[in-house]
Amino acid sequence: MAEINRDKLLDVYTRTMKVNRTDEKFRELLMQGKVAVMYYCVRGQELVSAAAMAALEDDDYVVCTYRGQGEQTAKGIPIEKWWGECLGKATGTCKGKGGTMHITDPDTGIMVTTGVVGSGIPIANGLAMASQNNGDGKVTLVSFGDGAANIGGFHEAMNMAQLYKLPVVFLCQNNRYGEHTAYADHTDSVDIHSRAAGYGMKGIKVDGNDVNAVYPAMEEAVAHARSGKGPVLVEAMCYRMMGHFFGSDFSYMPPEHLAEMAAEDPLPKLRKVMLERQFTEAELDAIVAGIDADIDAAVQHALDAPLPDTDEIYKDVLEETA
Amino acid sequence: MAEITMTQALNLAIDEAMAEDDGVFCLGEDVAAKQGGGVFKITSGLSEKYGENRIRATPISETAIIGAAVGAALAGQRPIAEIMLMNFVGVCMDQIVNHAAKLRFMSGGQTPCPIVIRTTTGVGVGFGGQHSDMLEAWFAHVAGIHVVTPSNAADARGLMRSAIDANDPVIFIENILCYGLTSEDPGPGYRVPLGKAAVAKEGTDISLITYGRTVLDALEVAGDLEKEGVSVEVIDLRTIAPYDEETVLASVRKTGRAITLHEAVRPFGTGAEIAANIQEKCWDSLKGPVRRIGGTFSAVPFATHLEQAWIPQKSDLAEQIKASVGKA
Repeated sequence: MAEINRDKLLDVYTRTMKVNRTDEKFRELLMQGKVAVMYYCVRGQELVSAAAMAALEDDDYVVCTYRGQGEQTAKGIPIEKWWGECLGKATGTCKGKGGTMHITDPDTGIMVTTGVVGSGIPIANGLAMASQNNGDGKVTLVSFGDGAANIGGFHEAMNMAQLYKLPVVFLCQNNRYGEHTAYADHTDSVDIHSRAAGYGMKGIKVDGNDVNAVYPAMEEAVAHARSGKGPVLVEAMCYRMMGHFFGSDFSYMPPEHLAEMAAEDPLPKLRKVMLERQFTEAELDAIVAGIDADIDAAVQHALDAPLPDTDEIYKDVLEETA
Repeated sequence: MAEITMTQALNLAIDEAMAEDDGVFCLGEDVAAKQGGGVFKITSGLSEKYGENRIRATPISETAIIGAAVGAALAGQRPIAEIMLMNFVGVCMDQIVNHAAKLRFMSGGQTPCPIVIRTTTGVGVGFGGQHSDMLEAWFAHVAGIHVVTPSNAADARGLMRSAIDANDPVIFIENILCYGLTSEDPGPGYRVPLGKAAVAKEGTDISLITYGRTVLDALEVAGDLEKEGVSVEVIDLRTIAPYDEETVLASVRKTGRAITLHEAVRPFGTGAEIAANIQEKCWDSLKGPVRRIGGTFSAVPFATHLEQAWIPQKSDLAEQIKASVGKA
């Protein structure tokens, strides 16, 4: 496999660190009690989201889930608005009415963030159907976990997407847990990408902790979808290194599994690749420092921002109430 | 002008909307020419005219159908999704209730969801328990959706155009027994605004509030009672939710009495909401309690005599109206 272009590698690294630093900051704020909201940690899955978003064009569509911070920040959502929404402020993407589980920003292609496991998958087909109808050349990428692969809508949507050859990439981030249930306790088949064959669809399985594997796979999947050949189901193997949501019990994750995860942590691996490709420690640290400064400013902006007006509860119900 | 059936009215409305706007498209089971243009022929002739991308025959996958409609709407299109029979909405409620209805609000107004969900149903056809229910109350209970049902062909044409124009989801309920009803064709471009009831018959003694197929029963009973000296005002809501409160309340203030009638089962039905609202807002005008008539609280039965007994009875309607006005 050809080496990833150096500029693209830097792009993936930068997006990965944006996701990671956002995750770290969110957990810090929650630990300090400065913020008390539902947050679904993405520690361990940063690289998969970053690689997927780096493989898309800016105007491609994305559908993600409550654990969607990775897709949202890596796609380039304005972070002041992102933090504003997560803190329930009037300055948020959704005026504080959506929250962490419903981040929406059509300007950056974040079309739906669903709080219902698997529900984004059929919706992604519709975005892609619109592109097929009007010929705008866009690809829709929908991200979900291994748990979502067992919802009926997954099956319905896969079959329909392949039937119409829709330009969709189905990205299953197999993080080995569906909520609190380990993969082997919710699914007997050894993997999920092989289900693609059952729909006549292209399926790809890839190591989501290795940039040299996951980025080219995402690029291949997006190109396939954009070419008109039809959808692709990508299964990116990764680990959810924390509980289902911040603060939730994860005693059900056995110590040997936690050790296995730590050994496969995508971040040290990515840093190693960057150094091998002649980026310096100083360059990489400067990127992270810049990201941290932006996040600190965005968090402060969100903390200082006004709350939504109470009469917002009556607005945006129907067009008449807009 | 020529007469048209409700089937033709719906077909014409969809046809002209598709001709005017490339973003309007239909999807659903069996809707294209290859499958005969839909089980009730509403989309007959349209795939030949607009191609199979705009009249998409789908697999039997209600969740995928509504999900696709939601996604396409977010991308700026105006999908008309068909759920062949209303009971099948049970398969795709998550997409309708958690997504189509809420995306405008949850996104702070950024992603309205202009979809029409056409569906058909009706008691009296012998379809039994899983193909007959009127489930409008399920949707009327959810913020962010319009619920519409026509009782005649002209309204069907006008309501369908308005439903396609609307920038929010519309559940458009058709009654199988009404497809053959004829009206004078109101012509191209005709629209009946959403949220506007029609006074189907004026009267002075009692307001009878109904919609859909039971408007026919209401008009028949009102006609009979007229001969007995009871003047019934029949209101056809046309839009069930959000409904035309102004027209309903004005009628009740005039007549001082009200009765609601729907084919759906009575407990927790739309009649209960309307009755409660009338009692809150027209108490001083009321001369007696608001009465409610609805279908029997059981599954719709199969055997013809059972099914006919299940339906709200015209005789019961007449008796309750007479009791209400003191002529029982």
